[in-house]
Amino acid sequence: MAGAADQAAAGAPRRAPAPARPKRKRKLFQLYSPIQPRTYLIIAILSFAALLGGWWLAAELDLAKDIFLPTPADVWRSAVDAAKDGTLWDDARASFVRITIGFSISTVLALPIGILIGTYRAAEAVIEPSVDFIRYMPAVAFVPLTIVWVGVDEPQKWLIIFIGTFFQQVLLVQDNVKRVPREYVDIGHTLGMKDRTVLRRVVLPAAAPAIWDTLRITLGWAWTWLVVAELVAASDGLGHSIVVAQRFFQTETIFLGIIVIGLLGLIMDQAMKLAGKRLFRWAE
Amino acid sequence: MDAAKLSVRDLRKVFGADGSGELVALDGVDFEIAEKEFVTVIGTSGCGKSTLLSIIAGLEEETGGVVVVDGEHVVGPGRDRGVVFQTYTLFPWLTAQKNVEFALQGSSSERADVAREHLELVGLDRFRDSYPSQLSGGMRQRVAIARALSYKPEVLLMDEPFGALDAQTRQLMQELLTKIWEEHRLTVMFVTHDIDEAVFLSDRVLVMTASPGRIKEDLPIGIERPRTFEVFSTPEFFEYKAHLLKSVREESLRSAEAMEALA
Repeated sequence: MAGAADQAAAGAPRRAPAPARPKRKRKLFQLYSPIQPRTYLIIAILSFAALLGGWWLAAELDLAKDIFLPTPADVWRSAVDAAKDGTLWDDARASFVRITIGFSISTVLALPIGILIGTYRAAEAVIEPSVDFIRYMPAVAFVPLTIVWVGVDEPQKWLIIFIGTFFQQVLLVQDNVKRVPREYVDIGHTLGMKDRTVLRRVVLPAAAPAIWDTLRITLGWAWTWLVVAELVAASDGLGHSIVVAQRFFQTETIFLGIIVIGLLGLIMDQAMKLAGKRLFRWAE
Repeated sequence: MDAAKLSVRDLRKVFGADGSGELVALDGVDFEIAEKEFVTVIGTSGCGKSTLLSIIAGLEEETGGVVVVDGEHVVGPGRDRGVVFQTYTLFPWLTAQKNVEFALQGSSSERADVAREHLELVGLDRFRDSYPSQLSGGMRQRVAIARALSYKPEVLLMDEPFGALDAQTRQLMQELLTKIWEEHRLTVMFVTHDIDEAVFLSDRVLVMTASPGRIKEDLPIGIERPRTFEVFSTPEFFEYKAHLLKSVREESLRSAEAMEALA
């Protein structure tokens, strides 16, 4: 031990003791600086708690009449009641089924069209101008028209979700496919592959993670269109429960409906995020 | 040089020929590469050397002239010409093994065997199941080389394959490529702007003029093979290097002058 130290001392020139290292201040507010995950979590929880607390305080202090602002406890009671008599589940199920069907129809049609116009300029010329045009027409404005067209049954809800989602999906998928590096396509071609094989074995897997993100984001938008459809004409669903509650001034039930819609959207979004991470581990 | 493996005749490439500001990238490029010859094309950036390679690969269309490989006119990309690019060379969703197999035909066990064999050749058999994101830049290019060799193209086209690597890795890759080439003797057209690399690897170096690109000089490199890294410090190497430096520098100056004249 001592011998090794002597050797080292003999070999190396004597070094002056290092000056005391000045302490660096750890700042919470510094451009782009990382923070501890624990700190992050604490701040996030506090922030959310503050929001709830502010609501509760505002309601308890009667800053607004009960009819405008129920307390969190009121909303919770209404949630328990709705869960007990089953209406909460029935409404959630109705909404969930609608969004699943509407969103699936839209996705199944948007994927091939988006891929087609992202890869073939001629197809793009045929389709993009009209899609671009229709995309700027607000889906809400189609509600009366859809009722005239297909009535007020289920297909009308699907149609609204479709109109609100499909055109956006087409353009986003087109962009996802366009962004595939040309080098990947070139590799396929230099290996003697035909266009269709390159599309299947190169373009699709290369664009898949981005397309998955597109689906995740547009699913969030689809929730909005679903509620719009249910607000106008429906006999069940979360949107419908909100309209009924409004008629009877049951503000706490309106709150409940809004929160449940938000929660369902959040759960679906997180589920897709998780599935995406599983599916596309290579994209990390 | 009786039977050329690759022959390029009076090749012309004009961009924007449809009226929107013409740019003549290649103007009468002429050269041949014999079977089992390693030829490097060097030139300043923007001289059209990558365009030339793309046309030979069949990925870009020529404006005039012809490319002939093995007696056949090139009209598009094909398996007779393997290509190694500088970036985006591997598919990130496939493992190293699957990236090589991607290029192969035949039964799946055959493909697996051939791929394994070629990963071994570039010293990456241990990283067979790694994804590209888990490999270093040099390793990725080694996999790309393994893939290009695996299906035995007639001509190997390499477009600055080591251009994105750091200096040390690049030199190791040059040694590896030389070793493989000396053992297997392939017909290679290599494009680079790195003069050391060109001298070390090649049987012949073609110097291109600054835009529009033409072959300005055809310099045989007589350094004996097998070549190892010691070559880099021989007087012979320096002589070739000095000569090419001067030749390429003239073109850089010319293109710089042209730029100034434009400004």
